[in-house]
Amino acid sequence: MAAIVMDNLHKVYAGGVRAVSDIMLDIADGEFVVLVGPSGCGKSTLLRMVAGLETITEGRLTIGDRVVNALEPAERDIAMVFQNYALYPHMSVFNNLAYGLRNRGVLKPEIERRVREAAAMLEIGAFLDRKPRQLSGGQRQRVAMGRALVREPAVFLFDEPLSNLDAKLRVQMRVEIKQLQRRLGTTSLYVTHDQLEAMTMADRLVVLNGGRIEQVGTPMDVYSRPATTFVAGFIGSPAMNMLPASLLRANGNADALSGLPGNADLVGLRPEDIGLDAVAPGGVRLQARLDLLEPAGAETHLHVRLIDGKTRMTVRLSHVPGLTEGADLVLHAPAAALHPFEAESGHRLL
Amino acid sequence: MVENRPLGNLLSHVVLIFGVALVVFPIYVAIIASPHPPGTFLRGVMPLLPGPNALENYRTAWTEGRSRAGTPPISLMLTNSLIMALAITIGKLAISIISAFAIVYFRFPFRIFFFWIIFLTLMLPVEVRIVPTFQVVADLGMLNSYAGLSIPLIASATATFLVRQFFMTVPEELMEAARVDGAGPMKFFRDILLPLSITNIAALFVIMFIYGWNQYLWPLLITTDPEYYTIVMGIQRMVTGGDSEPLWHLVMATVVMAALPPVLVILFMQRLFVKGLTETEK
Repeated sequence: MAAIVMDNLHKVYAGGVRAVSDIMLDIADGEFVVLVGPSGCGKSTLLRMVAGLETITEGRLTIGDRVVNALEPAERDIAMVFQNYALYPHMSVFNNLAYGLRNRGVLKPEIERRVREAAAMLEIGAFLDRKPRQLSGGQRQRVAMGRALVREPAVFLFDEPLSNLDAKLRVQMRVEIKQLQRRLGTTSLYVTHDQLEAMTMADRLVVLNGGRIEQVGTPMDVYSRPATTFVAGFIGSPAMNMLPASLLRANGNADALSGLPGNADLVGLRPEDIGLDAVAPGGVRLQARLDLLEPAGAETHLHVRLIDGKTRMTVRLSHVPGLTEGADLVLHAPAAALHPFEAESGHRLL
Repeated sequence: MVENRPLGNLLSHVVLIFGVALVVFPIYVAIIASPHPPGTFLRGVMPLLPGPNALENYRTAWTEGRSRAGTPPISLMLTNSLIMALAITIGKLAISIISAFAIVYFRFPFRIFFFWIIFLTLMLPVEVRIVPTFQVVADLGMLNSYAGLSIPLIASATATFLVRQFFMTVPEELMEAARVDGAGPMKFFRDILLPLSITNIAALFVIMFIYGWNQYLWPLLITTDPEYYTIVMGIQRMVTGGDSEPLWHLVMATVVMAALPPVLVILFMQRLFVKGLTETEK
């Protein structure tokens, strides 16, 4: 059990490429923190810096009460689950789990006990004698988890552990990992590019972009009050609509914008906040034409184009409207649903 | 790819059979000639059917060789060849595995430079560097010794290069997982890398053994004492040494026996060998 403190971490590669900059982050003991961002945003690098697989160019990393900058991965009391599982192909599942313990000089009966226990927890007890190649993707994933579990480390590190699984299995493992983490109460750092995975699993979400932290907060916090236009566009699917304030004003919505700061020149609207029914006075009202109707079962996505013919928007409805493509429609949204941003800095106002 | 074209089938079979015949015929001649009495060859006609003296000829070759011409018995030369080939093979494998490990898994200054230096020596066959090598070996007093026979041939860029290529296909995450699991570099090498490369090493073993076994020019240069003759060069001595006509029946018996060990090595290691060339366990 341990807290992690990242104090101004930087990573510059030998070629001069800045992978990670200015990372200040405190992770509480037992917390499940998810690092999320597009590929190349430095999230894996940051995780590997915590693991000790990448050196830290600048800054101080504390796990528990030790500064671990100069420690080998094995000395940091962490366990890591790799994206491709990295199981030892020539060893049986049992030996895969036991290898780390043997290297630490854990006694044989204790190894046996811990491996059996982890195997039971992950329901891989029946495969202990098999080689990794005789297992399915989901089972391998469990073995990789097991290898982390048996170590009983202070911190779990997950590097996109579910990205090689099919969609159904991913949802199932997502729930299991989350439950397991709750039960063990081990501090966890989890990297993913899947914003849905990030939203559902995290106690706290860290959104990264270009090697910097864009926003830290609970998933709902980040979702309902994105700090930057980047976060607004990245978290949520379909992405938030971004409209220039001038366009809204020109279309008779000056009233709706009156409550926003004067320098809010970009306004965000979540697709699900927009509807076809009139809202209370003072809301946003936009005329648009329906380009494409996407029924997705429980919800329907409308791809529309505003009256200016250029600006595109997405609307999410919980029902299938009786509309045909090409129809003209009027969109409504309450004023409270508007997210004001400053276009130049990308920062949220208010 | 599964097509049935009789003409193409026939043509390819004819070509293949012709190729096989071309390779097999000399071996057939050697086997056929070895059991003939010495007189057969004086007529200058090569027999195509086996003669009656098999046991006797092979026994003579095995125990006496052609002592008058100064060649030792085959048994001794076979032993010498075996020692040389094994020393070369094991030495080559040990050195190339270790150096490939260093090149792939360690970041040290001039790593790429060293790799290219090793790689460059690929382009220098034994024959090119044979004179300076001979000088070095002579100065070190290693003429007429097993060390002299094997050590200069041990350094191998080819094997280093092949092992390096294999190591590079081993996913990096395995090394990282081992680091997280508390295995140092040598432990990773022993517990994970070596077991994974076992089939590749077996394949290399076969290739290197045959390379070592077939060494001709080098042993010919540095051995003057028959005690250290190897079989492949010994054959040459048997043919040219002495005043009389070459004793072809003995030469052929020797040839057959010289060819056996590499064949046996391939047979015994075939399963691993083929696996090593075609698949990797990753």
